[in-house]
Amino acid sequence: MRKLLLFSIIVLVGITFIARLFYLQVYTGKAYNIYEDNAIRKVFYYPKRGYVYDRNGELLVANQPSYDVMIIPREVEPLDTLEFCSLLKISKDDFKKKFSRATNYSPRLPSPFVPQLSKNDYAVLQEKMWKYKGFYIQKRSLRDYQTTIGANVLGFIAEANQGEIDTDGFYQMGDLIGKQGIEKSYENVLRGVKGVKFIQKNRFNRDIGPFDGGKQDTIPTPGKDITVSIDAKLQAYGEMLMQNKVGGIVAIEPSSGEILSLVSAPSYNPNLMVGRERSGNYVKLRNDSIHLPLIDKGLLRMHEPGSPFKALVALTALQEGVIDEKFSVRCSGAYNYGGRRPMGCHCGTGTRNLFNGISESCNSYFATVYRKTIDKYDDASHAMDVWSSHIKSFGLGDYLGYDLAIGKKGNIPDGAYYDKMYPDFRWRATTNISNSIGQGEVLVTPIQLANMMATIANRGHYYTPHIIKSIEGQPIDDKFTTKHETTIDKRHFEPVIQGLFDVYDKSGGTANFLQVPGIEICGKTGTAENFTVIDGVKTQLTDHSIFVAFAPKDNPKIALAILVENGYYGARFAGRIASLMIEKYIKGDISRTDLENWVMDYTLEHEYEKPTSGKPFRINANSGLMTVKEYERLKKIESEQTQIEE
Amino acid sequence: MSLNRTRNFKFDWITILLFLLLVGFGWLNIVSASSSGDITSYFDMSQRYGKQLVFIIFTFVLIILILSIEAKFYERFASVIYLASMLSLIGLFILGKNINGATSWYAIGGFTLQPSEFAKFATALAVAKYISDLQTNIKNLKDQLKTALLIFVPAFLILLQNDAGSTIVYAAFFFVFYREGIPQIYLLLLLSIILLSVSALKFSVLITAIIVVVLLFTHHFFLKKKKGSILQPIFISLVCIVFSFGVHLFYNNILQPHQQDRISLWLRLEKDPEKLEQMKRTILYNLNESEKAISSGGITGKGFMEGTRTIGKFVPEQDTDYIFSTVGEEWGFLGSSFVVVLFVLLLIRILHLAELQKSQFSRIYGYSVASILFLHFMINIGMVMGLIPTIGIPLPFFSYGGSSLWGFTILLFVFIKLDSNRINEW
Repeated sequence: MRKLLLFSIIVLVGITFIARLFYLQVYTGKAYNIYEDNAIRKVFYYPKRGYVYDRNGELLVANQPSYDVMIIPREVEPLDTLEFCSLLKISKDDFKKKFSRATNYSPRLPSPFVPQLSKNDYAVLQEKMWKYKGFYIQKRSLRDYQTTIGANVLGFIAEANQGEIDTDGFYQMGDLIGKQGIEKSYENVLRGVKGVKFIQKNRFNRDIGPFDGGKQDTIPTPGKDITVSIDAKLQAYGEMLMQNKVGGIVAIEPSSGEILSLVSAPSYNPNLMVGRERSGNYVKLRNDSIHLPLIDKGLLRMHEPGSPFKALVALTALQEGVIDEKFSVRCSGAYNYGGRRPMGCHCGTGTRNLFNGISESCNSYFATVYRKTIDKYDDASHAMDVWSSHIKSFGLGDYLGYDLAIGKKGNIPDGAYYDKMYPDFRWRATTNISNSIGQGEVLVTPIQLANMMATIANRGHYYTPHIIKSIEGQPIDDKFTTKHETTIDKRHFEPVIQGLFDVYDKSGGTANFLQVPGIEICGKTGTAENFTVIDGVKTQLTDHSIFVAFAPKDNPKIALAILVENGYYGARFAGRIASLMIEKYIKGDISRTDLENWVMDYTLEHEYEKPTSGKPFRINANSGLMTVKEYERLKKIESEQTQIEE
Repeated sequence: MSLNRTRNFKFDWITILLFLLLVGFGWLNIVSASSSGDITSYFDMSQRYGKQLVFIIFTFVLIILILSIEAKFYERFASVIYLASMLSLIGLFILGKNINGATSWYAIGGFTLQPSEFAKFATALAVAKYISDLQTNIKNLKDQLKTALLIFVPAFLILLQNDAGSTIVYAAFFFVFYREGIPQIYLLLLLSIILLSVSALKFSVLITAIIVVVLLFTHHFFLKKKKGSILQPIFISLVCIVFSFGVHLFYNNILQPHQQDRISLWLRLEKDPEKLEQMKRTILYNLNESEKAISSGGITGKGFMEGTRTIGKFVPEQDTDYIFSTVGEEWGFLGSSFVVVLFVLLLIRILHLAELQKSQFSRIYGYSVASILFLHFMINIGMVMGLIPTIGIPLPFFSYGGSSLWGFTILLFVFIKLDSNRINEW
């Protein structure tokens, strides 16, 4: 027995040790991660973020250096907080708050303590940084916008949030990520690859040299420059024309699908979205509930297309063979289809065929044509499906697939849609006759309308609209170079295009007064009724002014859609702007200065104030136009009055 | 002549193999722990790994020397060796060099020699010699005291040199005496002392006293078959209570503050979180860093020369007392367990061989070797992993240092030589 004492103790101690090792190394130990090892200092080198150029090579977005004070809470040693706070220009309470926030995030991992120092603050601080253990300065690059236009397209970068850090291992707390616009869409191209240097520290937190002989270090790879399809001059001109109005302009090059300009009005200076002032500015813009400057009107405004849709109704009817070019209708100023009240028509009475049907925008003609298309099949639901698939082949009714992260589907109803709406299946062409004139259940966004025009301009095909023109050293996504064919035969396009040309060319055309000398423009006016809810009551507002166009008629260079909210009839605001944009793009300068002056002279601000004014108001023809000067005078009087009242 | 030749090579190769593995693996870890960055030459004498390599080479000379000396020599000259060793310890009071607060070294040229590392071997020889003497009866109290004196002398001399860690190692001889037949009461006494001390410090004297009284009287009235005097449990209880007070007195008045702190930490006596945090930064720093280094090794470790905490020299004394943390970090759970298993195998092998000895001298000496190595193994690795309070003694064959390497080598190989003699006699 005595022999066994030492033997048993030895075995027992051996087992205890292995159990302890298991506890320390396997049970509580995690897989080794060099980024969490506090014996290794990680120094990140941020690459240059890719520059952004416009289609003509004009630099739009460059970079500027910025310096963040970073913190690793568990490495912080007692410090002279008074001096540190004064260097950082923060209060002691701020210091405590920031410190506990960083500790809550992670005591081990770096997070920004005071982001984006000014150059002067940085210079002073850098000298004394060695004193503050656990703090260091991280250099990053912020955006430096070389322009004041295109904020909605260019987007902005900001600190990655926790969700983005979790989903993509590339980011750490304090890293910048594209949040909107092309910064978001092309984040992976623009950001490049961070470089990292691993430095071995000793227990006094001093660097003692590169870790592993620097074998695991990487150098930063600069982000790639990109060229966007935007024409900066056209974009700037569009933004100028849209002053004092709310709405959007989408211009596309039909032959490629490149977006030439994407104006959202009112816009804002992209430089507001840089640096420490970004979040304050962002909140200010977000709170502007009348103009909603952060909503991209060209991509996100969904409305009834109005008359421009008639072009598709005609094309569908031609394709289905229910009409031909000679088919004509006698318009009596209204279309009576047995509904509660007939559908009115503004074309003036007379015989309408395809050409003057389009150019004079005759409702009766298109109601007839639409009804013939749907009535072609006995089964209304099937007929609706056929009609719907023709329309959808123009890129309507679904996300277009362009390279900006926001959008709306719009709506092109099909048979199932109405079967659901009318569960007894008792619906016919006349039930949804409003579709024939682009009202009713049809909903589109301005970019979808622009793409529709580009498709008509191309006589039956389109390329997915896109904002990217080229990426340094790599081709753009091939989905942007793939042709999408419509279901309409090419031969049916010429008569419709002729009709669209007559809109400008014929004396009765709705845009006859908008002709631009030397350019053959095809276009179509549109007017969309719209409503809002005031104190729980659905209230109609002044119609949206819509215009679609492409030019020149042969070999088109530009197709566009314009939405001017509450601008009344299509030719009034949107039509004028369309002519100016086309002339600006094709000729480079403006001969129709009368149109330009008119557009610049008139404001719609008074229209936008109506719903929130609390006063009764008039709309459309009963609502007068107001010049910018008149509006300013009115504002001045109003503010004087409020001062007196106070 | 041919007979002689075969005799010379009948050594226990298993033990030698285990020894070589430990020394070799130990040196690899010293390379990691003592190098700063690149290694130009493994013989770089300005670096500790270079020096250790030379020590190891010299160790082989030492081994050949030990194995070629007649086995009888060690038994015959045990007393002389013991006396010489004691003199070398006494000499330290006059010629000794103070390193880290302990006067345990002779400085000879550029090298230092630590005689206490050799004293263990000398004491083991002397103890084996004395107990195996036909006139000695270990069951006899007088002889017990005489044997105890043999151990007490070096232990006391070393304690005077302020090397408490090495003193504790002499407790290893308890296992030897126990094996050789000292009464069971000593084991009971030892266990009681340990339990009483821990209980008195951890739970206070009052609680300890209650526990003791309850246990003793339960035993006296309910379990004991032959009822003795009631005075017996009362007397034992009183002794225990007095002893518990003694422990407190010893802890508060005799132990140095750093020793108090170590024990306080081990027994989790300190409850104030602020003071604990401060302790972690100061006296617990080594242990804290050592545990972190071991934990960070995970299952497979970071690889040879890849331990970030080792390279950064986060663990102080990492090539000497804390060498096992290097193993933990760079070789992970697998490598560390391997080292533990090697030690356990070596110890069991020595115990096994010791039991096989015919000569009582060889058996006692072998038992002493196993006991001494075991105590070093247990205290060192236990300390590095935070299982026992900090006691600074080297890990045999692993830690940097010529004296300890040679001391342990002599200790082990003299036994291998004695054992070969046993084989030869078969």
